[in-house]
Amino acid sequence: MSRVQADLVNVPKVEAKSILETKSLTRRFRRLVAVDQVSISISQGEMFGLVGPNGAGKTTVIKMLTTLLAPTSGDAWVAGYDVVHHSAQVRRVIGYVPQLLSADGSLTAYENLLIFAKLYHIPRRERERRIHDALSFMGLDEVSDKMVREYSGGMIRRLEIAESMLHRPRVLFLDEPTVGLDPIARKAVWDHIQRLRSDFGTTILLTTHYMEEADELCDRVAIMHLGKIAAIGTPSELKATVGEGATLDDVFVHYSGYEVDNVGNFREVSRTRRVARRLG
Amino acid sequence: MDKPSTLGIGNVLTAAFNFTTDTVTIAELEARKLHHDFTELLTRAVQPALWLLIFGEVLAQIRAIPTGQISYLDFMTPGILAQSVLFIAIFYGIAVIWERDLGILHKMLASPAPRSALVLGKALSASERGLSQAVIIYGLAVLIGVHINWSIVSVLGVLFVVILGSALFSTFSLIIACLVRTRERFMGVGQLLTMPLFFASNAIYPISIMPSWLQAISRGNPLTYEVDALRSLMIIGGTSVYGILVDIAALMVSTAILVLIAARLYPRVI
Repeated sequence: MSRVQADLVNVPKVEAKSILETKSLTRRFRRLVAVDQVSISISQGEMFGLVGPNGAGKTTVIKMLTTLLAPTSGDAWVAGYDVVHHSAQVRRVIGYVPQLLSADGSLTAYENLLIFAKLYHIPRRERERRIHDALSFMGLDEVSDKMVREYSGGMIRRLEIAESMLHRPRVLFLDEPTVGLDPIARKAVWDHIQRLRSDFGTTILLTTHYMEEADELCDRVAIMHLGKIAAIGTPSELKATVGEGATLDDVFVHYSGYEVDNVGNFREVSRTRRVARRLG
Repeated sequence: MDKPSTLGIGNVLTAAFNFTTDTVTIAELEARKLHHDFTELLTRAVQPALWLLIFGEVLAQIRAIPTGQISYLDFMTPGILAQSVLFIAIFYGIAVIWERDLGILHKMLASPAPRSALVLGKALSASERGLSQAVIIYGLAVLIGVHINWSIVSVLGVLFVVILGSALFSTFSLIIACLVRTRERFMGVGQLLTMPLFFASNAIYPISIMPSWLQAISRGNPLTYEVDALRSLMIIGGTSVYGILVDIAALMVSTAILVLIAARLYPRVI
């Protein structure tokens, strides 16, 4: 902890209150500008939603913030650490649940958690207790010795969130946490995400293309369109900008210029379907 | 990218300890998977059985290949062990592409474990599979009457060389996976590489009977050193052409270089 604070002092650019900050963050893939000059600032303990149609650049932002992808230009800091120059420190303080279903189906839930507890160097004495707590927190303690491939989609998601919280990260990234889930499973995942924040005060950045999800969960929402932030604010602020009685769906259509035929290339759609198939 | 702030001896020791535990954790993951499902390993016994029982028996009859003091079957058994270890390891990269498609790899790469530990852990995971081949081939060799050297040192030496050989070629495979990035392309490249690696080596005939250009290629092929070491350890009367220490040094140095390259390329598979 003292090391963390010392490094925080050494990074003067970050304001004390924001735990995550990007400045003109940009990523190009050849000629395509996937993320274009994105500047956001997220406060400690905030639940922040990044919404937008497929291909808007949400996942690319998350990949840069989780150090999986280097930015083409611009800067980003997580918990005071620069994602490019202090990537190892960043990885130590974040949790990440990728969009794809990433729990290992050929292991039990307990084994999935055990491997990650070891990778995050949770001390041996504490390991069993943390794993047990995580399993009961997510309502999975009854089935912890079952192979994960026998789990339902909602159970897999809860297991993955449990896994990402084992080391008590300061910032948790959830990429499309409820894609492909039925409404009941989705509600269960929402409840657990909300309890995570109230119990641990974790800052959460999630992406979604379900507007009701952003409305229900997030303190603030940024709408992404073609790699840019089209609008940012609390759900009620955003609704007010569009007009009286507007839903967040209306806001989304307004800012993203959403056209059914234009968004989501073959690869993304096939990936979403693959996730949905594994979940179903 | 990640610069350590100070380079005290304590930090180096902690880093080395963490590196080792991370590597072992990744290998443990594979061991747990194999523990849940052993059947896949058994299907791997078919190919070496065909080579030994058919190809080996036939070529032993015609006595066309000069193998010195030992019989042709004795000569080729370590070569077939090296070959089946190679075939498993060279396709190991596809497992990594698969894990990428599932998102498992994203989570690993976003964890604090150093990339080189992830790569070496994967290499040792392939070694666990390679060891199963050693067991199978020892069994087959007994069946066909190969003169196995059963001394503890020899058997342990064979297992060590198998671990090293698996790690080497699986890391090579990982590098290919990072470069081609899709399963379809990987299968093509994998097929393209295995046969030349196998035939341009001393696995089923001595290098001395090759034309000189092929001899030169074979001497640069790490598989040659793996077979050379196995041949001197596994078989009664087996001898090493290059010396066992040279063999092991060649394997270790190649593995270390490949791990460093793979650790740099690993994030590219995403």
